[in-house]
Order: sequence, then structure tokens, then C-alpha cells
Amino acid sequence: MASLATAFGSGAMTNTIGEIEEADTIFVMGSNTTENHPVIGYRIKRAVRKGAKLIVADPRAIELCEYADVFLQLRPGTNEALLNGLAHVVIRDGLTDEEFIKERTEGYEELKAALEKYTPEYVSEITGVPAADIEKAAHLYAKAKAASFLYTMGVTQHTSGTNNVFTIANLAMLTGNLGKRGAGVNPLRGQNNVQGACDMGALPVVFTGYQPVTNDEARAKFEKAWGVPLSGKPGLTATEMVNAAGKKQLRALYIMGENPMVSDADINHAFHCLDSLDFLVVQDIFMTETAKIADVVLPAVTFAEKEGTFVNTERRVQKVNQAVKPRGQARADWEIIRDIANRLGFDWKYKKAEDVFNEIRQLTPSYAGITYGRLGVTGVHWPCPTEDHPGTPILHVGKFSRGLGKFTPIEYTPPAEEPDEEYPFTLTTGRILYHYHTGTMTRRSKGLGEIHKEEYMEINPADAEALGVAECDMVKVTSRRGEVKTKVKITDRVPKGVVFMTFHFSETAVNLLTNTACCPTAKIPELKVCTVRLEKA
Amino acid sequence: MSQVNLTINGIPVQAKAGMTILEAAKTVGIDIPTFCHDPELAKVGACRICVVEVAGARNLPAACTVPVAEGMVIQTETERVRAARKTILNLIWANHPQDCLVCEKTGSCKLQDYSYRYGVSGSIYKGQKKEIPFDDTNPFFFRDLNKCILCGKCVRKCHDINGVGAVDFMWRGFKTMVTTPFDVPIEESSCVFCGMCVDVCPVGALTPKQGLGQGRSFEVDKVFTTCPYCGCGCTLYLNVKNDKIVGVTPNFEGPINGHLCVKGRFGWDFVDSPDRLKTPLIKKGGQFVEAGWDEALDLVAEKFKEVRAQYGADALGGFSSARCTNEDNYLFQKLLRVLGTNNVDHCARL
Ligand code: SF4
Ligand code: SF4
Repeated sequence: MASLATAFGSGAMTNTIGEIEEADTIFVMGSNTTENHPVIGYRIKRAVRKGAKLIVADPRAIELCEYADVFLQLRPGTNEALLNGLAHVVIRDGLTDEEFIKERTEGYEELKAALEKYTPEYVSEITGVPAADIEKAAHLYAKAKAASFLYTMGVTQHTSGTNNVFTIANLAMLTGNLGKRGAGVNPLRGQNNVQGACDMGALPVVFTGYQPVTNDEARAKFEKAWGVPLSGKPGLTATEMVNAAGKKQLRALYIMGENPMVSDADINHAFHCLDSLDFLVVQDIFMTETAKIADVVLPAVTFAEKEGTFVNTERRVQKVNQAVKPRGQARADWEIIRDIANRLGFDWKYKKAEDVFNEIRQLTPSYAGITYGRLGVTGVHWPCPTEDHPGTPILHVGKFSRGLGKFTPIEYTPPAEEPDEEYPFTLTTGRILYHYHTGTMTRRSKGLGEIHKEEYMEINPADAEALGVAECDMVKVTSRRGEVKTKVKITDRVPKGVVFMTFHFSETAVNLLTNTACCPTAKIPELKVCTVRLEKA
Repeated sequence: MSQVNLTINGIPVQAKAGMTILEAAKTVGIDIPTFCHDPELAKVGACRICVVEVAGARNLPAACTVPVAEGMVIQTETERVRAARKTILNLIWANHPQDCLVCEKTGSCKLQDYSYRYGVSGSIYKGQKKEIPFDDTNPFFFRDLNKCILCGKCVRKCHDINGVGAVDFMWRGFKTMVTTPFDVPIEESSCVFCGMCVDVCPVGALTPKQGLGQGRSFEVDKVFTTCPYCGCGCTLYLNVKNDKIVGVTPNFEGPINGHLCVKGRFGWDFVDSPDRLKTPLIKKGGQFVEAGWDEALDLVAEKFKEVRAQYGADALGGFSSARCTNEDNYLFQKLLRVLGTNNVDHCARL
């Protein structure tokens, strides 16, 4: 979320899930909300029934399109061009919020100049979206009293991921859609505690609450609290660590609750790299594909067997309570980490999860006012600096965290791979309703496993006919990096030339195919777009 | 909003103008029975079990639809009211299977509760019984439409709250039933198995498959927690009996949801999957061998020390987890950092 942080000084959802129903216009980009964030999907549909306008931008004709006033079916990987086009129309047609721009932002003139060439006609050529629809969407968004922008991985999993988010922030600031109810720039987090993991400093460049490791003051504070000297050198990202392992620069790796052998782009490469490690320890609840290649596997408990907190996509810190005893000899992750630390010569005395939380509060200003006792059944939104502070459901009211909001002009850059004769199809990836991430949990749930047992690659009827494949036939999908075989589902949800697969199924591991080319700032691999060749198998 | 003064069962009540009699009664702790009412849904007044006596009114109005008015005098449990409710219960029992002993709903069934409250033990009417085949084809819930009392809450939830509209009323009169268009199996309909319909069904027509026969509603402990799947962060109650999860109840008051999706509602059984890792494992000669905690943790610590001594702290790294708690993540990054490296990340990017 580097770009939101640059634009406003904070990278989280600016408004709440409940407020979505208060928006006059809802703009959903790259988010198949009804499948990936179902309860938010319910709210969007309800809002539309109550009269809100809906704009959907996605390469696939997802369910929400049926409810949309405008559906922008853009070519995969062209988000920022589309958003530039919308911003161009907003400025051209005088729909900007002049007061907001003047009082609360900087960099407007540069942005205006950069957007000049993004006429609807030019953008239409790049994105494949009709110019008239670009204009209609821009008007619906800009004329709303409050417009909410929702987006997810469809926006960030690109080489241009960070830039895409800048273009969203630009559009929201141009129209004054920040710091008020029902508006905002709202990234929907995929996994249950992505927000919390970021807040807790499970990132190579920051401590808890986004305090930079390169900042001397922040480092001094943590050194004092933890009683050891700390490194001020930014660490490696996950993708970089995998590569460093391949080059023998990284020797030992500790993986907790992640399955990069299914979720990482280009699995063959990841396997080679992780296999080069001197020592790999994996801590998980199941024998995942990644655990299989470990030297030591440590059994952890599930959410139902432990206490702690999760933070949802709207920055709400909520309680997790232990319902049943740990299964087998499994232990809570934090207990295992504590016991390792104590074997490494530290003296960690935490007896319960709450002891850890209290230390987090002391070191993290945005969490300082949150206690286990306060969380109750509704939770508290950070920032919450003191115990009598009510929490902050809406960010940037009156003022951005960084002071003035910053416009950042962005030029369109094409995806790293574009279709050619050898690899004529664009493969895009995502999730479906019944499964979650690499499927380790959902596929071990009886009902979920049963209702959706295997991968079906979505393909357009015209493409299927040209290939001579029928529903449920097998095809071989080949990219520059690998190949998998999968059944097909023929549907006009996907346009011609585009196919869609999920990454829930390790036996048809789509990430054998995907590209490790990364967005240079956020280091997110371009999972959403790679090119492939299809053959009947 | 302006206030309205009225009395219910002799108790003076100050209600907000526009409230229904049902809502006003609730504010002073008076419970009026309902089948078809749900605070989240449009008021339909279909089941009539909530009728009350209003002084000066000729008939018995439905408390769930009639708004309060200044000076109203209301009685909620007079003989006339009780007789009307008994008649309704008798009519329902006329074609409702009497298998409460094995019905999963016993203990949280409104039909049972009100029959007990009004002393109705079956039907005085003898008539035709419905014979709709029991449906167990989908993986998540049973549909026993012979038990359906046609309150329509599932239909309204599915249309108005979820927005899917997978089920609706079909046929008329005695044949009326709630089902999918053309009565296709529900897994072939647009149903997304959110379970909203199951959660509002007042009787045993819709019941979850998981936990069948494993605990009555009054035997379970309800433990508040947060869904482990997506970033919406719905809260819910795990229903626990004898250290086993037997079901899930949504947090209807929850600010995010009120209702869940299929994963949170029905996807919790991975907790007791036979595939769970039960002991630490150490790879020896290419094979995993079970180990004790001390042996495994000693080995991990020793290897970390070795690598750090030989190659420096930046030869260590860790992937933390977007699925673990804050407390887990905090200690994880702290461990790597106190060891001298900032090589810590998680897969938020993925
Ligand atoms: S499970 Fe959900 S979608 Fe399916 S019929 Fe019930 S309410 Fe409708
Ligand atoms: S119940 Fe569904 S929508 Fe709610 S948090 Fe869980 S997975 Fe997400």
C-alpha cells in the first residue's frame, strides 16, 4: 500500500464497510466482491437496490456487472490508463472539487498537464473500453455527493500495481471524495489479517504502526524497549528473500502460516530457491506443499484454539477467542516463537496473548488506546491513541495524515507480457467463493471441498470453439515458465483472448505459469497477467 | 423524533413515533411471539401469531405492522389473544410432522416454544399432510419442506439482504412451497450457500448438515470470535460442546455483517480435519520423523545460531502470516529483528 501512504500518509481503507450503503456512487475495480468479500458484496447490491449508482471495471463480466450502471470491461493490465482517462474527463468537463483541491492537495497542475493526452479516445484504444462509457463513468463518479472506490488484487497484482493505486488516489482527490461519510479509497484486504500483519511490522522496512526501521528515533525507541541493538538496513521482501535463497545469500528461512509453494508466482523457480536453503522451518496447521520441503515442521493451532486479535480491512481490531483445546501437541504461534527466542538467549516472559498485546500498545501510538477489555463484540478502529479515544472509523477528515494530499502523475505502462503469436492468450488469476487462498483450509472442509472439487479454467465460447474443446474437456496451458493441465468451463464471463484460473488447487498450480516480474515499488508479482498458449489435451 | 405515550399490559410506555407495537413492547421487556418478523426485513404481517388486543379496535391487529399511537391501550396476552394464537398453532400442526424428538431444531424451535407457551400439543384439525421429498443433495444444509410454515423469512433474506433471490414461493393454497425456480436442486440454482435462510428459519425446515445430532442449542457454549477467512472480518460465535465445534451462529448485531458467507458459516470444520499436524517433525534422511517439542525447538535455535555466526544476521529471514493474529505477527518480526535482520515479510502482496 505504498502509494496510498505516499498520497495521503496512510495505506489503509479510509472508510468503513457499513458506509458503503451510504454512497451515491460505488466504483468497484478489479474486485470480484460477491465471491471474494461476500458480505461487502451483499452491501453493494443492497445499496444499488436503494438507488446508488454502480460502476464496475474488470476484465471479466463478474456477477456485480448485472447490477452496474456502467461496466468497463478493460483489457487486463490497463487499469491506470483507464483511471487516467476518467480523471481527464473529470477535469475537461469541469467536474473537479475546486475547493478540496485548493485547500487540501498539492501537485494539481503537474497532474493536469500529464493527463492531457489521456483523452477518452486514446484510452479507449489502450483499454478496449468505449469512449462513451469512460465519459459516463467519470460523470457518475464525479457528480455523486459521496462516491466510494473499492478495489483489491485486480489492481495491485500488476507490474504497475503501485501506479494503479496512485491513479485511484488522484481521481478521489480531484473529486473531493475523501474524509467524508460514504466516500473514500478503500482497498479490500484479501486475507483475514493482512491489515494486522502490516500494522505489526511484518514488513521489511517498518516496525509496528509503520515506524520506519531507517528512522533513528524509531529505532532507538525499539532498541530501548527490546534491549538489543537493531539493524537500520531495510530487509528483503518475500520475493527478494526467495531469490536470495536461490543465490545462497539467504541461508535459513522461517515460514509461519504461508504456502509460497502454491501462492508464489513461478513455483518452479520458488522450489529451486527454497531447496537451496541450508535450513527451512515451516510452522503451519497442515502439511502444506511448502512444509513438505522443510527440514523442521512445527504444528500450530487454528484460530479456534487460540486467543489474540485480527484487524479487518476497515482497520477494526477485533478479538479472537479460544473455543477449544489445542489439537494434538499443537501450540499457538506466539508461544512457539517465544520458546525459540528463549533458546536463542532472550528472556521473553509472555504468559498469555494479552501480555504481547500490551507490549504492542506501548510501542505503537495508533494502538495505544486499545485494550482487550475495550474490544467487546464490535472492536475498535485504529488510530486510537488513548483509552478514552473512540477510535477512528473514517480517516483524513479535515486533514490528511501527511498534511496535504499529493497528486502523483502516472504514465501508462503495458504489462510485462503481452500476447504474441507463440503465447496468444492472456491468463488472469483470482479466487472463487468456495475456496480461500491455496485451499489448505477450505479444501479440508467437507462441504466446501465437495461443492467445488477442482479447477475449471474459464474460456470464452469463441476461443473454445476455435480450439475444439467442449465443456469439461482438458487443456494444456503453457507459459514461458511452465505448464499445467486443467478442465475448462466455457463462459462469456471472460472476453475473447482472456482465460481465468484460481490458485486454490495445488494439483493444477496456476503459479507454475505466472510471471515473477514485479511492481518495482511494492514488489508484488504480476499474478494477474501473463500470456499462455492453449492446446487440447 | 416525537414521543408517543401508551400503555401495554398496564405498563406506561414512552415510544418513538413510528415504532410498531412489537417494537414498543420490546422496549419494556414484553415478548410478543413472531414467526415472520425479522428486524432487518420489510414487515409483512403474514403469520398473525403476533396479534394483540387494542382497546377500541374491532379485530386483533398484528403487532409487527401496526404503529403505536398516542393513548393506545394494548393487551398482549388476553384470553381472546391466546385463543387466536392457539388456532394459528393448531392450523400449523395440522400438516407439520411431529418428530420433535429427533428434530435438530428442538430447543430453538419457535413452533415448539409457542406450542409449549400456549399448551398446544398437536392439531384438532385433521387433514391432508404434505409429502415433499426430503432434500439432502447439497453439501451444507438439509431442506425438509414438510416442516416449512411459510413465514417467508428465508425468501426475503435471500432477496433483500443477500441479493441472490435463489428461492421463492411456488404454487398456491395447500401446495404452496418455498423453493428454487422450477424446483431444481438448490445446488443448481443461484444459491451461494450463505446460510442466511438457515439462520432465520424459525422451525426445522432448514438445518445445517454439520453438527447433526451432536448437540442441542441449549447444550452448547457460544464462543465469540472472528472469521479466519477473508478481510471482511465478520464476527461469529463458535458453538462448542465437549471441546468440539458443532456449529456457528452469526453475530446478528455485528457491525460488519449480521450474516456470514459460506466460508465463515460452513467452512470451520478444517479445525478437526484428520490432516492436522499433531507433533513436530524433523526430516532425517529425506523422511519426516516425529519429534518432541524440545528436540525440534533446540534444533531450530541451533541452526539459526549457526547461520548467524557463519554468514551474519542477514542470512536469516522469515515469512510471517496474514492469517495469524497480531500477537503472532508481532513476536515473529520481533524475533527476526532482535536477531539483527529486517528480513521479515508476509504474503499480503500475494
Ligand atoms: S443459502 Fe443464502 S443464497 Fe442460498 S437460498 Fe439460503 S439465503 Fe439464499
Ligand atoms: S464469513 Fe465470509 S465474508 Fe465474512 S469474514 Fe468470513 S469469509 Fe469473509
